[in-house]
Amino acid sequence: MALDDIYKEVILDHYKSPRNKRELPGAELQCHANNPLCGDEITVFAHLDGDTVEAVTFQGAGCSISQSSASMMTEAVTGVPVSDALKLAADFRGMMAGDVDPSEDEFGDLVALKGVVQYPIRIKCAVLAWDVLQDALDGSGNASGTQPHTVG
Amino acid sequence: MTDHRDTLDVEAIRRDFPILSRTVGEHPLVYLDSAATSQKPDQVIDAEADFYRHHNANAHRGIHMLGEEATEAYEGARATVARFLGAPSPDTIVFTRGVTESLNLVAQGWGRKFLGEGDEILLTEMEHHSNIVPWQMTADVTGATLRYIPLTDDGLLDLSGLGSLLTERTKVVGVTGMSNALGTITPLRQLADAAHAMDAMIVVDGAQLAPHLPIDVQALDVDLLGFTGHKMLGPTASGGLYGKAEILDAMDPMFGGGEMIHEVFPDHSTYKPAPFKFEGGTMPLAQQVGLAAAIDYLEALGMDNVRAHEEEITRYALDRLLDAGATIFGPKDVSIRGGAVSFWFKDVHPHDLATILNEQGVAIRAGHHCAQLVMRRFGVPATARASFYVYNTPGEVDALIDALDRAQAIFS
Repeated sequence: MALDDIYKEVILDHYKSPRNKRELPGAELQCHANNPLCGDEITVFAHLDGDTVEAVTFQGAGCSISQSSASMMTEAVTGVPVSDALKLAADFRGMMAGDVDPSEDEFGDLVALKGVVQYPIRIKCAVLAWDVLQDALDGSGNASGTQPHTVG
Repeated sequence: MTDHRDTLDVEAIRRDFPILSRTVGEHPLVYLDSAATSQKPDQVIDAEADFYRHHNANAHRGIHMLGEEATEAYEGARATVARFLGAPSPDTIVFTRGVTESLNLVAQGWGRKFLGEGDEILLTEMEHHSNIVPWQMTADVTGATLRYIPLTDDGLLDLSGLGSLLTERTKVVGVTGMSNALGTITPLRQLADAAHAMDAMIVVDGAQLAPHLPIDVQALDVDLLGFTGHKMLGPTASGGLYGKAEILDAMDPMFGGGEMIHEVFPDHSTYKPAPFKFEGGTMPLAQQVGLAAAIDYLEALGMDNVRAHEEEITRYALDRLLDAGATIFGPKDVSIRGGAVSFWFKDVHPHDLATILNEQGVAIRAGHHCAQLVMRRFGVPATARASFYVYNTPGEVDALIDALDRAQAIFS
Protein backbone atom coordinates (compact mmCIF):
# COMPACT_ATOMS: atom_id res chain seq x y z
CA MET A 1 0.00 0.00 0.00
CA ALA A 2 1.52 3.27 -1.16
CA LEU A 3 0.13 5.13 1.85
CA ASP A 4 2.59 3.22 4.03
CA ASP A 5 5.40 4.82 2.03
CA ILE A 6 4.32 8.31 2.96
CA TYR A 7 2.73 7.91 6.38
CA LYS A 8 5.60 6.07 8.03
CA GLU A 9 5.62 5.71 11.79
CA VAL A 10 8.58 8.05 12.21
CA ILE A 11 6.78 10.79 10.28
CA LEU A 12 3.63 10.42 12.33
CA ASP A 13 5.74 10.42 15.50
CA HIS A 14 7.43 13.72 14.60
CA TYR A 15 4.03 15.15 13.61
CA LYS A 16 2.31 14.18 16.83
CA SER A 17 5.31 14.95 19.07
CA PRO A 18 7.30 17.62 17.25
CA ARG A 19 10.86 18.25 18.48
CA ASN A 20 12.13 21.77 19.10
CA LYS A 21 8.77 23.34 18.32
CA ARG A 22 9.05 26.61 20.21
CA GLU A 23 10.36 30.11 19.82
CA LEU A 24 14.05 30.58 20.49
CA PRO A 25 14.58 33.65 22.66
CA GLY A 26 17.54 35.68 21.49
CA ALA A 27 17.81 33.88 18.16
CA GLU A 28 19.70 36.13 15.79
CA LEU A 29 18.28 34.37 12.72
CA GLN A 30 14.61 34.07 12.05
CA CYS A 31 12.73 33.40 8.83
CA HIS A 32 9.14 32.69 7.90
CA ALA A 33 7.43 31.29 4.84
CA ASN A 34 4.16 29.74 3.89
CA ASN A 35 2.94 27.42 1.21
CA PRO A 36 0.13 29.35 -0.42
CA LEU A 37 -1.33 26.17 -1.89
CA CYS A 38 -2.40 24.73 1.43
CA GLY A 39 -1.68 27.32 4.11
CA ASP A 40 1.23 25.47 5.70
CA GLU A 41 3.46 27.90 7.53
CA ILE A 42 6.82 27.62 9.18
CA THR A 43 9.02 30.03 11.12
CA VAL A 44 12.58 28.87 11.79
CA PHE A 45 14.69 30.34 14.59
CA ALA A 46 18.43 29.75 14.67
CA HIS A 47 21.24 30.68 17.00
CA LEU A 48 24.81 30.44 15.72
CA ASP A 49 28.01 30.04 17.70
CA GLY A 50 30.67 31.12 15.27
CA ASP A 51 30.24 28.90 12.22
CA THR A 52 28.22 26.29 14.09
CA VAL A 53 24.43 26.02 14.27
CA GLU A 54 24.10 26.06 18.03
CA ALA A 55 20.32 25.76 18.23
CA VAL A 56 17.39 25.57 15.81
CA THR A 57 13.69 25.66 16.63
CA PHE A 58 10.52 26.13 14.62
CA GLN A 59 6.97 27.31 14.96
CA GLY A 60 4.17 26.71 12.52
CA ALA A 61 1.09 24.87 11.47
CA GLY A 62 0.35 22.57 8.63
CA CYS A 63 0.10 19.04 7.38
CA SER A 64 1.98 16.06 8.75
CA ILE A 65 4.60 16.24 6.01
CA SER A 66 5.53 19.90 6.49
CA GLN A 67 5.54 19.70 10.26
CA SER A 68 7.41 16.40 10.58
CA SER A 69 9.99 17.59 8.07
CA ALA A 70 10.57 20.72 10.15
CA SER A 71 10.85 18.69 13.34
CA MET A 72 13.38 16.27 11.85
CA MET A 73 15.30 19.14 10.34
CA THR A 74 15.85 20.82 13.70
CA GLU A 75 17.36 17.60 15.05
CA ALA A 76 19.51 17.06 11.98
CA VAL A 77 21.15 20.48 11.88
CA THR A 78 21.64 21.24 15.57
CA GLY A 79 25.33 21.35 16.47
CA VAL A 80 26.65 21.07 12.93
CA PRO A 81 28.70 23.60 10.94
CA VAL A 82 26.62 26.03 8.89
CA SER A 83 28.21 24.69 5.70
CA ASP A 84 27.11 21.14 6.59
CA ALA A 85 23.58 22.35 7.35
CA LEU A 86 23.40 24.06 3.97
CA LYS A 87 24.75 20.94 2.26
CA LEU A 88 22.13 18.83 4.03
CA ALA A 89 19.42 21.25 2.87
CA ALA A 90 20.68 20.91 -0.70
CA ASP A 91 20.84 17.12 -0.40
CA PHE A 92 17.34 17.02 1.06
CA ARG A 93 16.00 18.98 -1.88
CA GLY A 94 17.96 16.63 -4.13
CA MET A 95 16.24 13.65 -2.50
CA MET A 96 12.87 15.32 -3.08
CA ALA A 97 13.75 15.95 -6.72
CA GLY A 98 14.67 12.29 -7.07
CA ASP A 99 18.33 13.16 -7.80
CA VAL A 100 19.85 11.99 -4.51
CA ASP A 101 19.24 8.60 -2.96
CA PRO A 102 20.62 8.90 0.54
CA SER A 103 21.23 6.07 2.92
CA GLU A 104 19.77 5.98 6.39
CA ASP A 105 23.32 6.43 7.75
CA GLU A 106 23.62 9.85 6.16
CA PHE A 107 20.06 11.03 6.58
CA GLY A 108 18.78 9.35 9.72
CA ASP A 109 15.04 9.84 10.26
CA LEU A 110 14.89 12.16 7.26
CA VAL A 111 15.09 9.23 4.89
CA ALA A 112 11.52 8.44 5.93
CA LEU A 113 10.36 11.42 3.86
CA LYS A 114 11.65 9.82 0.66
CA GLY A 115 8.22 8.30 0.04
CA VAL A 116 6.83 11.81 -0.50
CA VAL A 117 8.58 11.84 -3.89
CA GLN A 118 5.72 9.62 -5.12
CA TYR A 119 3.30 12.48 -4.36
CA PRO A 120 4.65 15.41 -6.40
CA ILE A 121 2.16 17.93 -5.07
CA ARG A 122 3.26 17.19 -1.49
CA ILE A 123 6.98 17.77 -2.17
CA LYS A 124 6.49 21.47 -1.46
CA CYS A 125 5.21 20.53 2.00
CA ALA A 126 8.37 18.55 2.72
CA VAL A 127 10.86 21.18 1.53
CA LEU A 128 9.15 24.23 3.08
CA ALA A 129 11.11 24.13 6.35
CA TRP A 130 14.38 23.57 4.50
CA ASP A 131 13.78 26.58 2.29
CA VAL A 132 13.20 28.69 5.38
CA LEU A 133 16.32 27.31 7.09
CA GLN A 134 18.44 28.02 4.06
CA ASP A 135 17.19 31.58 3.82
CA ALA A 136 17.75 32.08 7.55
CA LEU A 137 21.33 30.82 7.29
CA ASP A 138 21.95 32.79 4.10
CA GLY A 139 20.64 35.85 5.90
CA SER A 140 18.47 36.73 2.93
CA GLY A 141 15.63 37.51 5.27
CA ASN A 142 12.75 35.94 3.42
CA ALA A 143 12.22 32.48 2.09
CA SER A 144 12.47 31.86 -1.62
CA GLY A 145 9.62 33.01 -3.73
CA THR A 146 7.50 34.30 -0.89
CA GLN A 147 8.44 37.96 -0.95
CA PRO A 148 4.96 39.46 -1.00
CA HIS A 149 3.84 42.16 -3.35
CA THR A 150 1.35 44.29 -1.49
CA VAL A 151 -1.72 45.63 -3.20
CA GLY A 152 -4.76 47.37 -1.76
CA MET B 1 -28.49 13.72 -26.85
CA THR B 2 -29.66 11.81 -23.85
CA ASP B 3 -32.98 13.12 -22.64
CA HIS B 4 -33.20 13.55 -18.86
CA ARG B 5 -36.09 15.97 -18.99
CA ASP B 6 -38.35 14.34 -16.41
CA THR B 7 -35.99 13.32 -13.63
CA LEU B 8 -32.26 13.29 -13.07
CA ASP B 9 -31.32 9.78 -14.12
CA VAL B 10 -27.81 9.84 -12.67
CA GLU B 11 -26.78 6.45 -14.05
CA ALA B 12 -27.69 7.57 -17.57
CA ILE B 13 -25.89 10.88 -17.02
CA ARG B 14 -22.75 9.07 -15.88
CA ARG B 15 -22.61 7.16 -19.16
CA ASP B 16 -22.22 10.50 -20.95
CA PHE B 17 -18.99 11.29 -19.02
CA PRO B 18 -16.17 9.05 -20.26
CA ILE B 19 -13.74 10.11 -17.53
CA LEU B 20 -16.02 8.73 -14.81
CA SER B 21 -15.13 5.19 -15.87
CA ARG B 22 -11.48 5.73 -14.90
CA THR B 23 -10.00 3.97 -11.92
CA VAL B 24 -7.48 5.13 -9.32
CA GLY B 25 -5.33 2.08 -8.71
CA GLU B 26 -7.89 -0.63 -8.01
CA HIS B 27 -10.62 1.82 -6.97
CA PRO B 28 -13.25 3.42 -9.18
CA LEU B 29 -12.76 7.17 -9.48
CA VAL B 30 -15.03 9.08 -7.10
CA TYR B 31 -14.82 12.65 -8.37
CA LEU B 32 -15.91 15.09 -5.66
CA ASP B 33 -14.11 18.19 -6.90
CA SER B 34 -16.59 19.71 -9.31
CA ALA B 35 -16.44 23.10 -7.58
CA ALA B 36 -12.86 23.31 -8.86
CA THR B 37 -13.79 22.10 -12.32
CA SER B 38 -16.57 19.88 -13.58
CA GLN B 39 -16.11 16.89 -15.83
CA LYS B 40 -17.28 17.05 -19.45
CA PRO B 41 -19.91 14.94 -21.21
CA ASP B 42 -19.35 13.47 -24.67
CA GLN B 43 -21.79 16.06 -26.03
CA VAL B 44 -19.40 18.89 -25.04
CA ILE B 45 -16.22 17.08 -26.09
CA ASP B 46 -17.86 16.24 -29.43
CA ALA B 47 -19.11 19.79 -29.99
CA GLU B 48 -15.63 21.20 -29.48
CA ALA B 49 -14.06 18.54 -31.71
CA ASP B 50 -16.79 19.03 -34.33
CA PHE B 51 -15.99 22.73 -34.52
CA TYR B 52 -12.33 21.97 -35.21
CA ARG B 53 -13.11 19.13 -37.61
CA HIS B 54 -15.74 20.84 -39.70
CA HIS B 55 -16.17 24.57 -39.04
CA ASN B 56 -12.85 26.00 -37.89
CA ALA B 57 -12.02 29.51 -39.11
CA ASN B 58 -11.66 32.84 -37.37
CA ALA B 59 -14.99 34.39 -36.45
CA HIS B 60 -16.09 37.81 -37.73
CA ARG B 61 -13.22 37.96 -40.23
CA GLY B 62 -13.29 35.47 -43.07
CA ILE B 63 -15.45 36.20 -46.13
CA HIS B 64 -15.72 32.55 -46.89
CA MET B 65 -17.87 29.60 -46.01
CA LEU B 66 -15.94 28.40 -42.96
CA GLY B 67 -15.61 31.95 -41.65
CA GLU B 68 -19.37 32.32 -41.79
CA GLU B 69 -19.94 28.95 -40.15
CA ALA B 70 -17.49 29.76 -37.36
CA THR B 71 -19.15 33.14 -36.80
CA GLU B 72 -22.56 31.53 -36.76
CA ALA B 73 -21.47 28.90 -34.22
CA TYR B 74 -19.78 31.49 -31.99
CA GLU B 75 -22.65 33.96 -32.08
CA GLY B 76 -25.09 31.08 -31.66
CA ALA B 77 -23.24 30.22 -28.45
CA ARG B 78 -23.69 33.82 -27.28
CA ALA B 79 -27.44 33.56 -27.86
CA THR B 80 -27.53 30.28 -25.93
CA VAL B 81 -25.74 31.87 -22.97
CA ALA B 82 -28.10 34.86 -23.04
CA ARG B 83 -31.12 32.58 -22.94
CA PHE B 84 -29.63 30.48 -20.12
CA LEU B 85 -29.05 33.54 -17.93
CA GLY B 86 -32.34 35.23 -18.75
CA ALA B 87 -30.47 38.13 -20.37
CA PRO B 88 -32.53 40.49 -22.58
CA SER B 89 -30.28 40.09 -25.64
CA PRO B 90 -27.07 38.38 -26.81
CA ASP B 91 -25.41 41.81 -26.95
CA THR B 92 -25.40 41.86 -23.15
CA ILE B 93 -23.09 38.82 -23.07
CA VAL B 94 -19.33 39.40 -23.31
CA PHE B 95 -17.31 36.26 -23.83
CA THR B 96 -14.29 35.89 -21.55
CA ARG B 97 -12.10 33.02 -20.36
CA GLY B 98 -14.15 32.82 -17.19
CA VAL B 99 -15.07 34.70 -14.04
CA THR B 100 -11.54 35.83 -13.22
CA GLU B 101 -11.26 37.62 -16.53
CA SER B 102 -14.84 38.92 -16.24
CA LEU B 103 -14.26 40.48 -12.83
CA ASN B 104 -10.91 41.94 -13.87
CA LEU B 105 -12.68 43.45 -16.87
CA VAL B 106 -15.23 45.10 -14.58
CA ALA B 107 -12.66 46.26 -12.02
CA GLN B 108 -10.50 47.78 -14.76
CA GLY B 109 -12.94 48.75 -17.49
CA TRP B 110 -15.52 50.20 -15.13
CA GLY B 111 -13.67 50.67 -11.84
CA ARG B 112 -10.63 52.56 -13.13
CA LYS B 113 -12.87 54.82 -15.18
CA PHE B 114 -15.50 55.67 -12.61
CA LEU B 115 -13.97 55.25 -9.12
CA GLY B 116 -11.95 57.85 -7.23
CA GLU B 117 -10.90 59.07 -3.78
CA GLY B 118 -13.70 58.77 -1.25
CA ASP B 119 -15.55 56.09 -3.20
CA GLU B 120 -16.07 52.71 -1.60
CA ILE B 121 -16.10 49.18 -2.99
CA LEU B 122 -18.18 46.87 -0.80
CA LEU B 123 -17.24 43.18 -0.95
CA THR B 124 -17.95 40.26 1.36
CA GLU B 125 -15.64 38.13 3.47
CA MET B 126 -16.75 35.03 1.54
CA GLU B 127 -15.44 36.24 -1.81
CA HIS B 128 -13.10 34.16 -3.92
CA HIS B 129 -9.79 35.94 -4.48
CA SER B 130 -10.93 36.70 -8.03
CA ASN B 131 -13.55 39.08 -6.60
CA ILE B 132 -11.08 40.69 -4.17
CA VAL B 133 -7.71 41.09 -5.84
CA PRO B 134 -8.94 42.88 -9.01
CA TRP B 135 -10.69 45.42 -6.76
CA GLN B 136 -7.56 45.88 -4.64
CA MET B 137 -5.62 46.59 -7.82
CA THR B 138 -8.27 49.11 -8.86
CA ALA B 139 -8.33 50.68 -5.38
CA ASP B 140 -4.55 51.09 -5.60
CA VAL B 141 -4.88 53.09 -8.81
CA THR B 142 -8.02 55.09 -8.03
CA GLY B 143 -7.74 55.76 -4.29
CA ALA B 144 -11.09 54.06 -3.65
CA THR B 145 -11.52 52.16 -0.36
CA LEU B 146 -12.46 48.50 0.18
CA ARG B 147 -15.02 47.45 2.78
CA TYR B 148 -16.33 44.00 3.60
CA ILE B 149 -19.65 42.51 4.72
CA PRO B 150 -18.72 40.10 7.56
CA LEU B 151 -19.92 36.53 8.03
CA THR B 152 -21.98 34.87 10.73
CA ASP B 153 -20.73 31.77 12.52
CA ASP B 154 -22.98 29.73 10.22
CA GLY B 155 -21.19 31.10 7.17
CA LEU B 156 -23.98 33.43 6.05
CA LEU B 157 -23.55 37.10 5.18
CA ASP B 158 -24.07 39.14 8.34
CA LEU B 159 -26.33 41.86 6.99
CA SER B 160 -27.12 43.35 10.43
CA GLY B 161 -24.63 46.17 9.86
CA LEU B 162 -25.40 46.66 6.19
CA GLY B 163 -26.80 50.14 6.81
CA SER B 164 -23.40 51.46 7.89
CA LEU B 165 -21.45 49.51 5.26
CA LEU B 166 -23.59 50.32 2.23
CA THR B 167 -23.84 54.11 2.05
CA GLU B 168 -23.85 56.90 -0.50
CA ARG B 169 -20.06 56.48 -0.66
CA THR B 170 -20.52 52.93 -1.97
CA LYS B 171 -20.22 52.84 -5.75
CA VAL B 172 -20.11 49.10 -6.31
CA VAL B 173 -21.11 45.98 -4.38
CA GLY B 174 -19.22 42.82 -5.35
CA VAL B 175 -20.69 39.55 -4.11
CA THR B 176 -20.63 35.88 -4.94
CA GLY B 177 -23.90 34.17 -5.77
CA MET B 178 -22.73 30.97 -4.10
CA SER B 179 -19.59 30.62 -1.98
CA ASN B 180 -17.06 28.13 -3.29
CA ALA B 181 -15.61 27.70 0.21
CA LEU B 182 -18.80 27.53 2.30
CA GLY B 183 -21.53 26.64 -0.17
CA THR B 184 -23.63 29.59 1.00
CA ILE B 185 -26.21 31.00 -1.43
CA THR B 186 -26.44 34.78 -1.02
CA PRO B 187 -29.65 36.88 -1.22
CA LEU B 188 -28.83 38.55 -4.53
CA ARG B 189 -32.13 40.33 -5.12
CA GLN B 190 -32.06 41.80 -1.62
CA LEU B 191 -28.48 42.99 -2.11
CA ALA B 192 -29.26 44.35 -5.57
CA ASP B 193 -32.16 46.39 -4.17
CA ALA B 194 -30.02 47.65 -1.29
CA ALA B 195 -27.21 48.61 -3.67
CA HIS B 196 -29.53 50.34 -6.11
CA ALA B 197 -31.15 52.30 -3.27
CA MET B 198 -27.70 53.88 -2.77
CA ASP B 199 -27.14 54.30 -6.54
CA ALA B 200 -24.44 51.64 -6.33
CA MET B 201 -23.88 48.94 -8.93
CA ILE B 202 -23.90 45.23 -8.03
CA VAL B 203 -21.52 42.81 -9.70
CA VAL B 204 -21.93 39.09 -9.07
CA ASP B 205 -19.36 36.30 -9.12
CA GLY B 206 -21.53 33.58 -10.64
CA ALA B 207 -18.82 30.91 -10.90
CA GLN B 208 -20.60 28.52 -8.54
CA LEU B 209 -24.13 29.86 -9.01
CA ALA B 210 -24.47 29.39 -12.78
CA PRO B 211 -23.68 25.65 -12.81
CA HIS B 212 -26.07 24.78 -10.01
CA LEU B 213 -29.14 27.05 -9.92
CA PRO B 214 -31.56 28.47 -12.46
CA ILE B 215 -30.55 32.11 -13.03
CA ASP B 216 -32.60 35.02 -14.31
CA VAL B 217 -30.38 38.10 -14.29
CA GLN B 218 -33.33 40.38 -15.00
CA ALA B 219 -35.43 39.01 -12.14
CA LEU B 220 -32.41 39.29 -9.83
CA ASP B 221 -31.83 42.83 -11.18
CA VAL B 222 -28.05 42.42 -10.95
CA ASP B 223 -25.98 44.81 -13.04
CA LEU B 224 -23.13 42.50 -13.97
CA LEU B 225 -22.60 38.76 -13.52
CA GLY B 226 -19.53 36.74 -14.44
CA PHE B 227 -19.61 33.01 -15.06
CA THR B 228 -17.14 30.24 -15.84
CA GLY B 229 -17.81 27.56 -18.43
CA HIS B 230 -15.50 24.86 -17.13
CA LYS B 231 -17.41 24.59 -13.85
CA MET B 232 -20.68 23.96 -15.71
CA LEU B 233 -19.66 21.02 -17.92
CA GLY B 234 -18.03 23.30 -20.51
CA PRO B 235 -14.44 23.59 -21.75
CA THR B 236 -11.70 25.53 -19.97
CA ALA B 237 -11.30 29.11 -21.24
CA SER B 238 -15.05 29.40 -21.84
CA GLY B 239 -17.28 31.76 -19.91
CA GLY B 240 -18.33 35.34 -19.92
CA LEU B 241 -19.85 38.43 -18.39
CA TYR B 242 -23.45 39.51 -18.49
CA GLY B 243 -23.93 43.26 -18.14
CA LYS B 244 -26.77 45.71 -18.44
CA ALA B 245 -26.42 47.42 -21.81
CA GLU B 246 -25.86 50.93 -20.46
CA ILE B 247 -23.09 49.71 -18.15
CA LEU B 248 -21.30 47.75 -20.87
CA ASP B 249 -21.59 50.80 -23.13
CA ALA B 250 -19.96 53.00 -20.50
CA MET B 251 -17.13 50.58 -19.69
CA ASP B 252 -13.70 50.79 -21.29
CA PRO B 253 -12.19 47.73 -22.95
CA MET B 254 -9.34 45.95 -21.17
CA PHE B 255 -7.58 44.43 -24.17
CA GLY B 256 -6.84 46.59 -27.18
CA GLY B 257 -6.15 44.77 -30.42
CA GLY B 258 -7.62 43.17 -33.45
CA GLU B 259 -11.35 42.91 -34.08
CA MET B 260 -12.38 45.11 -31.11
CA ILE B 261 -11.88 48.37 -33.03
CA HIS B 262 -14.02 50.35 -35.41
CA GLU B 263 -11.29 52.57 -36.87
CA VAL B 264 -7.60 52.99 -36.03
CA PHE B 265 -5.64 56.23 -36.52
CA PRO B 266 -2.03 56.98 -35.56
CA ASP B 267 -3.02 58.73 -32.32
CA HIS B 268 -6.34 57.14 -31.36
CA SER B 269 -8.89 54.48 -32.23
CA THR B 270 -12.62 54.09 -32.06
CA TYR B 271 -14.15 50.93 -30.68
CA LYS B 272 -16.91 48.63 -31.75
CA PRO B 273 -20.03 48.60 -29.58
CA ALA B 274 -20.37 46.09 -26.71
CA PRO B 275 -19.86 43.20 -26.51
CA PHE B 276 -17.32 43.25 -29.36
CA LYS B 277 -15.16 46.05 -27.98
CA PHE B 278 -14.26 43.72 -25.08
CA GLU B 279 -13.24 40.80 -27.30
CA GLY B 280 -9.85 41.83 -28.66
CA GLY B 281 -7.81 39.19 -30.45
CA THR B 282 -8.96 35.74 -31.46
CA MET B 283 -11.31 34.39 -28.84
CA PRO B 284 -11.58 30.76 -27.62
CA LEU B 285 -14.15 29.96 -30.31
CA ALA B 286 -14.33 26.18 -30.05
CA GLN B 287 -14.50 26.51 -26.26
CA GLN B 288 -17.49 28.88 -26.30
CA VAL B 289 -19.19 26.58 -28.80
CA GLY B 290 -18.50 23.75 -26.34
CA LEU B 291 -20.01 25.87 -23.57
CA ALA B 292 -23.21 26.20 -25.61
CA ALA B 293 -23.33 22.39 -25.84
CA ALA B 294 -22.88 22.23 -22.05
CA ILE B 295 -25.79 24.63 -21.58
CA ASP B 296 -27.92 22.57 -23.96
CA TYR B 297 -27.06 19.54 -21.84
CA LEU B 298 -27.97 21.28 -18.56
CA GLU B 299 -31.19 22.67 -20.02
CA ALA B 300 -32.18 19.21 -21.22
CA LEU B 301 -31.70 17.98 -17.65
CA GLY B 302 -33.61 21.01 -16.41
CA MET B 303 -31.90 23.40 -14.00
CA ASP B 304 -34.66 22.81 -11.44
CA ASN B 305 -33.84 19.11 -11.55
CA VAL B 306 -30.12 19.87 -11.32
CA ARG B 307 -30.81 21.91 -8.20
CA ALA B 308 -33.12 19.26 -6.69
CA HIS B 309 -30.48 16.57 -7.17
CA GLU B 310 -27.86 18.80 -5.58
CA GLU B 311 -30.02 19.46 -2.52
CA GLU B 312 -30.66 15.76 -2.13
CA ILE B 313 -27.04 14.61 -2.36
CA THR B 314 -25.77 17.52 -0.27
CA ARG B 315 -28.25 16.71 2.49
CA TYR B 316 -27.07 13.10 2.46
CA ALA B 317 -23.40 14.14 2.50
CA LEU B 318 -23.91 16.59 5.38
CA ASP B 319 -25.76 13.96 7.42
CA ARG B 320 -23.09 11.32 6.87
CA LEU B 321 -20.15 13.68 7.47
CA LEU B 322 -21.66 14.97 10.71
CA ASP B 323 -22.36 11.39 11.82
CA ALA B 324 -18.72 10.52 11.10
CA GLY B 325 -17.57 13.32 13.38
CA ALA B 326 -16.61 15.93 10.79
CA THR B 327 -16.87 19.66 11.45
CA ILE B 328 -18.77 21.46 8.68
CA PHE B 329 -17.98 25.06 7.68
CA GLY B 330 -20.98 26.83 6.20
CA PRO B 331 -24.74 26.46 6.51
CA LYS B 332 -26.26 23.03 7.17
CA ASP B 333 -29.65 23.93 5.72
CA VAL B 334 -29.52 22.68 2.13
CA SER B 335 -32.17 25.16 1.01
CA ILE B 336 -29.65 28.00 1.40
CA ARG B 337 -26.50 26.27 0.26
CA GLY B 338 -24.99 24.52 -2.73
CA GLY B 339 -23.05 21.30 -3.05
CA ALA B 340 -19.58 22.49 -2.05
CA VAL B 341 -19.08 21.09 1.47
CA SER B 342 -16.06 22.30 3.45
CA PHE B 343 -15.07 20.28 6.47
CA TRP B 344 -12.40 19.13 8.91
CA PHE B 345 -12.30 15.48 9.85
CA LYS B 346 -11.05 14.92 13.41
CA ASP B 347 -7.54 16.38 13.62
CA VAL B 348 -6.41 15.21 10.20
CA HIS B 349 -4.97 18.09 8.19
CA PRO B 350 -6.90 18.52 4.92
CA HIS B 351 -3.77 17.92 2.86
CA ASP B 352 -3.14 14.62 4.57
CA LEU B 353 -6.80 13.76 4.24
CA ALA B 354 -6.80 14.45 0.49
CA THR B 355 -3.74 12.23 -0.02
CA ILE B 356 -5.30 9.38 1.95
CA LEU B 357 -8.69 9.70 0.22
CA ASN B 358 -6.98 9.69 -3.17
CA GLU B 359 -5.55 6.27 -2.36
CA GLN B 360 -9.17 5.09 -2.06
CA GLY B 361 -10.04 6.72 -5.40
CA VAL B 362 -11.82 9.69 -3.81
CA ALA B 363 -10.86 13.08 -5.28
CA ILE B 364 -11.52 16.06 -3.00
CA ARG B 365 -9.97 19.50 -2.74
CA ALA B 366 -7.79 20.50 0.18
CA GLY B 367 -6.57 24.03 0.77
CA HIS B 368 -7.86 27.53 1.24
CA HIS B 369 -9.99 27.39 -1.93
CA CYS B 370 -8.78 30.84 -2.98
CA ALA B 371 -10.80 32.22 -0.08
CA GLN B 372 -8.25 33.14 2.57
CA LEU B 373 -10.61 35.64 4.21
CA VAL B 374 -13.01 32.77 4.88
CA MET B 375 -10.20 30.62 6.32
CA ARG B 376 -9.15 33.44 8.68
CA ARG B 377 -12.76 34.09 9.69
CA PHE B 378 -13.09 30.49 10.83
CA GLY B 379 -9.56 30.21 12.22
CA VAL B 380 -8.32 27.39 9.99
CA PRO B 381 -5.41 27.34 7.53
CA ALA B 382 -7.29 25.15 5.10
CA THR B 383 -10.31 22.89 4.81
CA ALA B 384 -11.14 19.69 2.99
CA ARG B 385 -13.90 20.21 0.44
CA ALA B 386 -16.13 17.67 -1.23
CA SER B 387 -18.29 19.12 -3.99
CA PHE B 388 -21.08 17.49 -5.94
CA TYR B 389 -22.64 17.78 -9.34
CA VAL B 390 -25.15 16.11 -11.64
CA TYR B 391 -23.16 12.88 -11.96
CA ASN B 392 -22.54 12.18 -8.28
CA THR B 393 -24.37 9.40 -6.45
CA PRO B 394 -25.15 8.63 -2.80
CA GLY B 395 -22.86 5.63 -3.26
CA GLU B 396 -19.99 8.05 -3.85
CA VAL B 397 -20.80 9.83 -0.61
CA ASP B 398 -20.56 6.40 1.05
CA ALA B 399 -17.13 5.89 -0.58
CA LEU B 400 -16.01 9.22 0.89
CA ILE B 401 -17.15 8.23 4.37
CA ASP B 402 -15.49 4.81 4.10
CA ALA B 403 -12.24 6.47 3.03
CA LEU B 404 -12.36 8.71 6.10
CA ASP B 405 -12.07 5.60 8.25
CA ARG B 406 -8.67 4.91 6.72
CA ALA B 407 -7.52 8.43 7.59
CA GLN B 408 -8.68 7.94 11.14
CA ALA B 409 -6.79 4.65 11.39
CA ILE B 410 -3.53 6.29 10.26
CA PHE B 411 -3.76 9.36 12.46
CA SER B 412 -5.40 8.00 15.61
